[in-house]
Amino acid sequence: MTARIGVVTFPGSLDDRDARRAVERGGAQPVELWHDDASLRGVDAVILPGGFSYGDYLRCGAIARFSPVMGEIIPAAAKGLPVLGICNGFQILCEAHLLPGALTRNAGLRFVTRDITIRIENATSAWTRSYLPGQDISVVLKSGEGAYVADQETIAKLEANGQVLARYASNPNGSAGDIAGVVSEAGNVAGLMPHPEHAVEDLTGPSADGLGFFTSVLQAVAVS
Amino acid sequence: MTSPQDTVLPAVQDTVDGAAVPPGRAQPYAALGLTAEEYARIGAILGRRPTDAELAIYSVMWSEHCSYKSSRRHLRQFAEKAPPTDVLLAGIGNNAGVVDVGQGYAVTFKIESHNHPSYVEPFQGAATGVGGIVRDILAMGARPVAVMDALRFGPAGAADTHRVLPGVVGGISFYGNCLGLPNIGGELAFDPCYAGNPLVNALCVGVLRHDDLKLAAATGPGNQVILFGSRTGPDGIGGASVLASASFGGAGEGAKRPSVQVGDPFMEKLLIECCLELYRAGLVVGIQDLGAAGVACATTELAAGGGTGMRVRLDAVPLRDASLGPAEILMSESQERMMAIVTPENVGAFLAICARWDVPATVIGEVTGTGRLEMTWHGEQVVDIPPGTAADEGPLYARPASRPAGQDALIAAGPAGLARPASGAELRADLLLLLGSPEGGDKTWVTEQYDRYVRGDTVLAMPHDAGLLRIDEETGLGVALATDGNGRFCQLDPYAGTQLALAEAYRNVAVTGARPLAVTNCLNFGSPEDPAVMWQFTEAVRGLADGCLQLGVPVTGGNVSFYNQTGGTAIQPTPVVGVLGVHDDVRHRVRSGFSEPGASIVVLGETRPEYGGSLWAWLRHGHLGGRPPAVDLEAERALAGVLTDAAARDLVVAAHDVSDGGLATALAESCLAGGTGCTVTPPPDAASFLFSESAARAVVAVRPAAAAELASLCAQAGVPATVIGETGGSALEVAGLFSVPLAELAEVHRAALPALFG
Repeated sequence: MTARIGVVTFPGSLDDRDARRAVERGGAQPVELWHDDASLRGVDAVILPGGFSYGDYLRCGAIARFSPVMGEIIPAAAKGLPVLGICNGFQILCEAHLLPGALTRNAGLRFVTRDITIRIENATSAWTRSYLPGQDISVVLKSGEGAYVADQETIAKLEANGQVLARYASNPNGSAGDIAGVVSEAGNVAGLMPHPEHAVEDLTGPSADGLGFFTSVLQAVAVS
Repeated sequence: MTSPQDTVLPAVQDTVDGAAVPPGRAQPYAALGLTAEEYARIGAILGRRPTDAELAIYSVMWSEHCSYKSSRRHLRQFAEKAPPTDVLLAGIGNNAGVVDVGQGYAVTFKIESHNHPSYVEPFQGAATGVGGIVRDILAMGARPVAVMDALRFGPAGAADTHRVLPGVVGGISFYGNCLGLPNIGGELAFDPCYAGNPLVNALCVGVLRHDDLKLAAATGPGNQVILFGSRTGPDGIGGASVLASASFGGAGEGAKRPSVQVGDPFMEKLLIECCLELYRAGLVVGIQDLGAAGVACATTELAAGGGTGMRVRLDAVPLRDASLGPAEILMSESQERMMAIVTPENVGAFLAICARWDVPATVIGEVTGTGRLEMTWHGEQVVDIPPGTAADEGPLYARPASRPAGQDALIAAGPAGLARPASGAELRADLLLLLGSPEGGDKTWVTEQYDRYVRGDTVLAMPHDAGLLRIDEETGLGVALATDGNGRFCQLDPYAGTQLALAEAYRNVAVTGARPLAVTNCLNFGSPEDPAVMWQFTEAVRGLADGCLQLGVPVTGGNVSFYNQTGGTAIQPTPVVGVLGVHDDVRHRVRSGFSEPGASIVVLGETRPEYGGSLWAWLRHGHLGGRPPAVDLEAERALAGVLTDAAARDLVVAAHDVSDGGLATALAESCLAGGTGCTVTPPPDAASFLFSESAARAVVAVRPAAAAELASLCAQAGVPATVIGETGGSALEVAGLFSVPLAELAEVHRAALPALFG
């Protein structure tokens, strides 16, 4: 049976269409989820896409975190539902305390769109098991508030637990420890600042390397 | 009982009845930008003096910005000289032109200026420029799919440029990125003439199915008028009349700051999704965006477009500032608002979709059969006019035009006497001068602030010659877009210069493999009240109309921006031309970079020693004089045909337009974009080979196996093709003269803007 992967649309979500396409290219069926519906429609995994949820006029992700759909996602994630937050989705997961740390203004204070290389540090999570440990992949970074920060103790814990999902080859925004993404202790909730959904075909992206996130979750769903 | 709004009402409203009672009273028509003659004409139309609210309507609708009163008689040429075409689904006069691109798809695109607001308040001025053009596209029934921007600033080193440029780029970045529209290209140029008048021209392109086309027409008496989107505030009051239709004086610009609007891209994103859902549900009879002149413009144009009347309750307009009166509400340019005509039975469904998207929506009136636009304010009638007199029958001026006194001297002072580089060291130095200049340098500092990936259909964006978007994932159908302008060429010869801008955009589209199809334009000029400027304008319009006729690409719409001058000094005439092309299969797109060794490098077209208005003459000698490069539109058409055919047959592995900075710049850019060097062998006149800006040229890279087929294609089309060298290595080498390692080239090229702007 084809896995069903939900992609949430908040008001101000922008990369929801791209995430749905990536899900499809990865071999799953995308399911549209609406911020105001307290329902996950029985999906096997959830993606929180990039954008500016609710305009992000407060702290990024701070309002989305309280949306009805998040009220369903938070307990489901605790029970092991695979959840991937990309860019604004990562910010929302941090605001929801599903992931530690926070995302702050880029070191250069400007929005940065760039083709970048990240190294997959954890190739066992629900979203990265199609990759090899240490594999370099080419994806897109596009964010204004993408600098990952956490207190030293948290960073040390993330490093010790293997919760650093991916690292920038060349730090573009001042993220602590070059961290591009982190994963929950259980390995099902992942947050990534760069955009794997913009790297699923050579024609429109820097590579098709990002597809691995969307094929990894198929394995995770099949196993569970 | 009084509502809060009642308590701040002016004691007495100026009503229609009151205005009919003689004697009249003095009205501030001059402060609103109307001449005494225009004011008298309003009185003649109405048979009485206008009310304050009516005066507000006429003042904004008859402004240069909205009425095109100085330009309209010239712009008629775009229709009169239109080439025979069956691709236009909607033409000039609509919010944007709509072009049939095949397979049931249509594309709508338009470029518009936001020059004056962007100088007064760069961030919000540029941001709302993006927002405004996006709503124009949305109002045609299309989903906006990408934006571009053509920017021109004063000298890159000037202090004020450091206020204006980062603000403008930041505003475009903020608004476009938050809106989720990829920014796929544009231009960045610097010249002292733009120091007090930067040019911020924003383009938007949208896609629709043929059946989805919407028009701005209020039809069907009894239908309801719904205003939806942001609430109305005091921002941008008189933006069209006071700001966009007058020159900057010497005094501080602070007084004009309230004329600049403030943008909310989040609300615009909601408006887009909301409108598209309303269209899908079939709930919209007619629609108009609110841009310049706000409610005044939307109501008059909808009523005039429908040939009907309309009754509007101005006190029903939701306000952000309860103290606003009728005239201010009519003139406010608050952003992110639309007006729709909806049948009474569909109002409930319409409001429900708006509520789902958290978009405030209010019924403010209804369509009538009276042929009059009537408005009330708490029951009192404050407007009663024939809408066509404001929307379509504004004043029309035949401004005097005369060739500037200095034009002959400018042409006489040609580039023939300029010292040209000859030795390898001189040629090398000049290449690095061009590549390391803000004009010729890498634009990543700007383009990196824009999201070019969102929506996942961007096939080409900066630094390629044109933006290329996929429309249909199955068939590969796509569209390419390029904008070009060249103030230096137009200063020397506005007729030829405008045709050169058209030719360059046309060529840039063809380089990717697309077939050029249609044209939009943004005509940036000084004051139309100056006969010299008017001459430049008439020449440019004639050049564009003639050029489009010859190339077979119709003008679908555009925008005129006058009064780009400070005191008596106008900008260089700067028509910016946008060309749209259709790509039958974007999987055959051609990139500009050399990405593999061993390919032959071929120059298509003929190189002559043409330096007039060139980047080399300007940067090396500070010289601007003589004639611009010769225009040969038949050669352009033949070249584009070769480029399109070569792409379809996968004959070339790279193609790049040769224009500003000549072949030297084109080769360097191709080397850097693809990460592969090249070696070329120059003819005896190496300087012209490298730096001349002869038009109708492109450089392509072709694999040995395809060389013969390309040569025969060129021969059939009559396009000169000269093999000049081969790709490979890690340097740009001009045999026998000089070599620059790619690393050095990259460092010089990339440092230009960061060195200035951090």
